[in-house]
Amino acid sequence: MGAETIFFFLFGGGAILSTLGVLLSRNPINSAISLVVSFFFLAGIYAMLSAHLNAIMQIMVYAGAIMVLFVFVLMLLNFGDEEHEKPRLNPTQIISLLVGAALLIAMFSAATAFVDGSRQVFHPSMPPGFGGVEAIGHALLTSYVLPFEMAAVLLLVGIVGAVVVAKRRF
Amino acid sequence: MDLVWELLIILLKIVVVVLLFAFPIGSLMTLLGDRKQSSLIQNRIGPNRARLPGINHPLVGIPHFLADGLKMIFKEDIIPRQANRFWHTLAPAISLFPAIALWAVIPFSDHYCTGTATMVDYRDVCVDGAFYNLFSISNLEAGLLYVFAISAVSVYGAAIAGWASNSKFSLLGGLRSSAQMISYEVTMGLSLAGILIIYGTLNLNEMVVVQGQLLWDWLPMWGIVVQPLAFFLFLAAMMAETKRAPFDVPEGESEIVAGYFTEFSSMKFAVIQLSEYVATVFVGSLVSTVFLGGWQVPWLYGDGFYFGNTDEPSIPLPYWLVIVLRVGSFSIKTLFILWLQFMLRWTLPRFRYDQIMTLGWKILLPLSLANLVITAFVVLVLL
Amino acid sequence: MKDNLSPLSPIDFDHMSSEDVMVLNMGPSHPAMHGTVRMVLTLDGETVVKCDAEIGYLHRGFEKQCENATWTQVFPYTDRLNYVSPLLNNFGYALAVEKLLEIEVPDRCNYVRTILGEVSRLSDHFTCVGAGALELGAMSAFLYAIEARELLWDLVEEVTGARLTVTYARVGGLKDDLTEDFPERWAAVEPRLHSTIDRLDRMMTKNRVFMDRMQGTGVISPEDAINYGFTGPVLRSTGVAYDVRKDHPYFAYDRVDFDVPVGTTGDNFDRYLVRVEEMRQSIRIINQALRDLPDGPVSVDDPRIMLPEKEAVYNTIESMIAHFKIIFEGVQVPAGEVYSFTEAGNGELGFYIVSNGTGKPWKLRVRPPCLYLMGGIDRMVEGGMVADIIPTFDTINMIGGEIDR
Repeated sequence: MGAETIFFFLFGGGAILSTLGVLLSRNPINSAISLVVSFFFLAGIYAMLSAHLNAIMQIMVYAGAIMVLFVFVLMLLNFGDEEHEKPRLNPTQIISLLVGAALLIAMFSAATAFVDGSRQVFHPSMPPGFGGVEAIGHALLTSYVLPFEMAAVLLLVGIVGAVVVAKRRF
Repeated sequence: MDLVWELLIILLKIVVVVLLFAFPIGSLMTLLGDRKQSSLIQNRIGPNRARLPGINHPLVGIPHFLADGLKMIFKEDIIPRQANRFWHTLAPAISLFPAIALWAVIPFSDHYCTGTATMVDYRDVCVDGAFYNLFSISNLEAGLLYVFAISAVSVYGAAIAGWASNSKFSLLGGLRSSAQMISYEVTMGLSLAGILIIYGTLNLNEMVVVQGQLLWDWLPMWGIVVQPLAFFLFLAAMMAETKRAPFDVPEGESEIVAGYFTEFSSMKFAVIQLSEYVATVFVGSLVSTVFLGGWQVPWLYGDGFYFGNTDEPSIPLPYWLVIVLRVGSFSIKTLFILWLQFMLRWTLPRFRYDQIMTLGWKILLPLSLANLVITAFVVLVLL
Repeated sequence: MKDNLSPLSPIDFDHMSSEDVMVLNMGPSHPAMHGTVRMVLTLDGETVVKCDAEIGYLHRGFEKQCENATWTQVFPYTDRLNYVSPLLNNFGYALAVEKLLEIEVPDRCNYVRTILGEVSRLSDHFTCVGAGALELGAMSAFLYAIEARELLWDLVEEVTGARLTVTYARVGGLKDDLTEDFPERWAAVEPRLHSTIDRLDRMMTKNRVFMDRMQGTGVISPEDAINYGFTGPVLRSTGVAYDVRKDHPYFAYDRVDFDVPVGTTGDNFDRYLVRVEEMRQSIRIINQALRDLPDGPVSVDDPRIMLPEKEAVYNTIESMIAHFKIIFEGVQVPAGEVYSFTEAGNGELGFYIVSNGTGKPWKLRVRPPCLYLMGGIDRMVEGGMVADIIPTFDTINMIGGEIDR
């Protein structure tokens, strides 16, 4: 078992556990912080896939900006623990559970079908600088410049919309 | 075996950087910076009572800092009854983590050259060998982004500490610190964008290497030379990030007692304090890396001082001495920025919360945007 | 006007649910609430909607204690009123009793009281200005001010024998004359005071951060200030040039030349500036008084009022009897009542005394300047931010010992 495998199970297991924490914890702050932790583990996995920039962006944008706002709001409102409610299964929930389980199995088998233990994560044919700042920047501003700019415009629209909504007195 | 060696070297680097550089300087600063230097400013003598056993000399008060640490360990750890025990206990660790993790990308000297180092066009080159990263924990390509990412995460420590204490003063402190840090992150990033345009790299070591270039063959191209405005913007933003005076409203001791760590005592209090000081030292090291040429000594390259773009060094020096000079230069620059921060702290009153926001959003942010646009134009025209 | 003065400032409860506001209990044990006072703040975010100041945590029954002490024994109690400038309280009380006795103290006594009173005022203002800087985070400025205050307290100690519990005044005079080397000592201290004031001025008056914190915060209009009974630097900062020393001169204040600085806006910055300028004026007054200091005794020559010399007490029966009578029965003050007021560090310090002709006050009521300032503090801080309370509370310079008596 190489170091990579150890780290993979470390990060992967951590991500799964912390994501479960998000779902199962009753205190909203616990959920939020679990989500941050799971972002860190995901970033670790990205880094193992040679996507350093992605890993850093994951922490910077999600953990460092978005979740901070979540935690900020949660702190301001100071929610207590959620009300304990007896979980009762109704037909809709049963169906969604079944569909969810089926999807999970399908994804898992698809993933395992592609991975045979012999293949290295660091594929030898990967160009130097793959996943780095320069490569991604180059790709974003040449091949994918249209989607990139569209996303930027979309975000701008979002900001303007937020300001308009916030400014309106009601 | 190679992997084991690599891991061992990384571990060794972490130990040296964190335990021998960041922590000692960080905690010594609590003493020399905060207590001894303030006493010099304020016409006092400062700490001089504690003695090491057998040495009848105050030793500029260093025994005090050992005594303080001992005292902190033996103090009672109080958790308020209504506090969230789990997060209250974890909060100091959460605030210490980013302060330490930030150090991963700071270069203390250039990569070690296994062959013979010399200079071509004001850059070190390695003849008959390769550069080997020995003087920074990780030579990350997106090093500067990593710094931004981790310092963005450092909001959590204060926010959670403030929330978990279940005290209104702590909550106010936590909210203030989150708002302040989020606001100043924007300036922090934008003020460095100009530097990125000029140096064309995010790797901190590469950035320092580029700063060895000379303008008009004599002026080192340090960040403060090419981007003087960004230097001040960045220093201000970083000081606000680390909540140092005059930006210390989150812990403004007069109105909200001690802010987010009001309810912390014993070693937990010490750890929060320590993480703040370690972050302060980090500000010093980052500012000196980006703006003061990092480990560069002016006109010193791989095998000696060069005055002019010659083949042979004007003053040849052995390679080990070059490394020592570089590490020393980096440390001195770091300490200088630290000293500057302490001078500011002891001479300026504190801002009010809304004034900090005004300063951040209405003054520093437009200035850094203007700086970015002007830099981009100049670079476009000149290059 | 009447509506404006309503002690319970109206809160717009219709547009505020209970979740919008937070009640913050500031004090009585809070680093900024020095002198032990409690403020119950209603906050909307960081804006103060309502401020409820609560005093009384330092109450010691001063006025009641005085009714069981002879006229002379009251002096140690007055030390503890405004404990930053105890001499001013001493002199204020002595003046009140002397008015009741209808005696004139010797001229030298008046001058010495003027000089030491101004020394006390200097120490009061240094403390206030320095503490204000400290609470805004400028600790160095505070320590400079405290260093200057130490110089002044050394002077006081040299003359009175104590730094704080001076008990220097007596009914009809003083405990003792100035020490012989007082003028030289003052001459040595004076330039250092000037340099400290100038240094504080340089560090703070033109400091952008300090100006931002002080200007426009804690504003009060002259009408409100008068209606609330404000006096002293706080009233003068609003532009009303009322100074007891100028308008109702006592001691030697009518024979020295000094200016009464006034502000324009009545905000914290003006209060700070008024105090700094008053320090300069105090130094002026001391210099003039020392120059004109007449010779002669410092106490009235009346065996019914002043204790005789110890030498005489042990050797002559008349002095022995006089000593016994004053110590045991106290100075016999004729029946009547008097209100006497002087300018203390924070404003008008009044003593209202009723005597029934015995050796003890029948009723002694103090008008502490801070009480009225604290009464109006809610008007100064409401609408501002939490952080504005700090400089406002400081420039008011509430002294716990004085306000709670």
